Amino acid sequence: MTVESSNQKTGIVAALRVPTAETCKDRLAASGQWLLGHLLPPLVVLASLLALWEILCSLPGAMLPAPSQVVRETWDLIVMPFYDFGGNDVGMGWQVLASLERVAYGYSLAVLVGVSLGVLIGKSTWAMRGLDPIFQVLRTVPPLAWLPISLAAFQSSNPSAIFVIFITAIWPIIINTSVGIRNIPDDYQNVARVLRLNPYENFTRIMLPSAAPYIFSGLRIGIGLSWLAIVAAEMLIGGVGIGFFIWDAWNASMLSDIVLALIYVGLVGYLLDQVVGFIGRRVTRGTSA
Amino acid sequence: MNDRYLIIDNVNKIFQSKKTATHVLDSVSLTVKRGEYISIIGHSGCGKSTLLNAISGLTTATDGYVILDGKEVNTPGPDRALVFQNHSLLPWLSVYENVALAVNKVFGARKSAKERDEWILHNLEMVGMSHALTRLPAEISGGMKQRVGIARALAMQPKLLLLDEPFGALDALTRAHLQEEVMRIQSDLNNTVLMITHDVDEAVLLSDRIVMMTNGPKATIGEVLDINLERPRNRIELASDPQYNEYRRAVLRFLHEKQQKVAPLPKAGSKTMSTQEEAKERAG
Ligand SMILES: Nc1ncnc2c1ncn2[C@@H]1O[C@H](COP(=O)(O)OP(=O)(O)O)[C@@H](O)[C@H]1O
Ligand SMILES: [Mg+2]
Repeated sequence: MTVESSNQKTGIVAALRVPTAETCKDRLAASGQWLLGHLLPPLVVLASLLALWEILCSLPGAMLPAPSQVVRETWDLIVMPFYDFGGNDVGMGWQVLASLERVAYGYSLAVLVGVSLGVLIGKSTWAMRGLDPIFQVLRTVPPLAWLPISLAAFQSSNPSAIFVIFITAIWPIIINTSVGIRNIPDDYQNVARVLRLNPYENFTRIMLPSAAPYIFSGLRIGIGLSWLAIVAAEMLIGGVGIGFFIWDAWNASMLSDIVLALIYVGLVGYLLDQVVGFIGRRVTRGTSA
Repeated sequence: MNDRYLIIDNVNKIFQSKKTATHVLDSVSLTVKRGEYISIIGHSGCGKSTLLNAISGLTTATDGYVILDGKEVNTPGPDRALVFQNHSLLPWLSVYENVALAVNKVFGARKSAKERDEWILHNLEMVGMSHALTRLPAEISGGMKQRVGIARALAMQPKLLLLDEPFGALDALTRAHLQEEVMRIQSDLNNTVLMITHDVDEAVLLSDRIVMMTNGPKATIGEVLDINLERPRNRIELASDPQYNEYRRAVLRFLHEKQQKVAPLPKAGSKTMSTQEEAKERAG
């Protein structure tokens, strides 16, 4: 296999033309065109929105800070994301990392339990009939509604927040996994039967890869919900974390800090979504969105 | 033993649903010699795939039995390799890995890793796919997928090769090309092959015998035609061969004169009526 792929590579190299000045210029022009087409629209829209915001919030009697004011007031926070003055008084980087740590625990747990339960429901009609109605009801419970009961159960804020993440992220993972397992084409199962794969081989070589695109779409929804939930949960539990930072800023009437925090929340949420999407594409070799 | 390598004895298949019972196969019996190439031809929906599935063990016959090399078959196994029209390659595995999955499972205990690797490469070489080992199924053409499917089946060294309309989804040129390859491989390996087809030329060109099935429901073997054409066969020469054309006519007569006029059986449920009509429609 390795021999072959190196053969293939030499084939490709041999087939390539030596780049001339002409083709280089063409390529530069092409990538310039691409950048112009893809980077320009968001930049223009962003600039216009900022300008609009600036104008509206500079009017007399405006309740919210204008962008220029936000930057001025939060400059220290922007340039020092990792300062640590003890207690809650730490940089935005630490705040976000604290939130991410909770998400990492809760989400990992949700992936583990969610995929297992999804496989069970996908495989066993009995389990599906028993569990599905319960899940359908439980998944409509808003994340924060779980917080009081988990606080009562854990008697501690951190595990409670992690539990809220877990319970929020798990439903789309369960449901998508079970759909993926249920939709494994007969053809693939026939391959497994003809080869007489044992149950373990069948699970790892056929079922999981076949269901992977579904599983990853569940994982992607789950990570988004996790991030939504952690920010809300942290507002209530306190301590270090981007959610409580926002709540704290609100109590101190530091609106500019809130705006900065929202930007952080949005960017990190986007990043999490992209990371899971990227892993999904790698694992499923491009068959998942 | 070798003259009765595969014995299909009185196989019946009735699909039972809540309300209706569809009697698809009715007392199908056939004996196949070792190394024989058999084509099964019949109108769409008559039960060809059902018969092949019963032989592969993917479905169990309602009645009757299948014996291969002295052993009754009940469950699917690698001694009966399948190639389907829709290739059924695993889309997340590369060309090499698709064949490797089968080879490693079947020969994992008997061959070293190096021997297995060579065996995989050898089989992909045989179908002319050595240039695309790292490609995913989605990245190769339909004809190439079918080649890989055939390589995977051959690599299992099955006692019986079961092909269900293997070239049915391919364009005429690709199909002709693959037929040549199959003939070449067959002259080397001399496998025992059962191939379903609805292409009369393909059946006559490739087979030692053509098994013609009557229309369903209750389909059975109508006629069996021995093809005594010398090998290697050349499609261009055969086109003007009177014997070849006589064989073609015989199959066409069976399909379009004898089978077309069969009236739908009265007692059948509505489901079978519709498949009967569908079969007629597709046959035209
Ligand atoms: N799982 C099944 N349940 C009920 N009927 C089936 C099933 N599989 C096939 N049939 C019926 O059996 C008949 C033969 O099907 P098939 O063997 O696929 O035909 P062919 O391969 O000759 O086109 C058809 O009428 C089809 O509707
Ligand atoms: Mg069929």
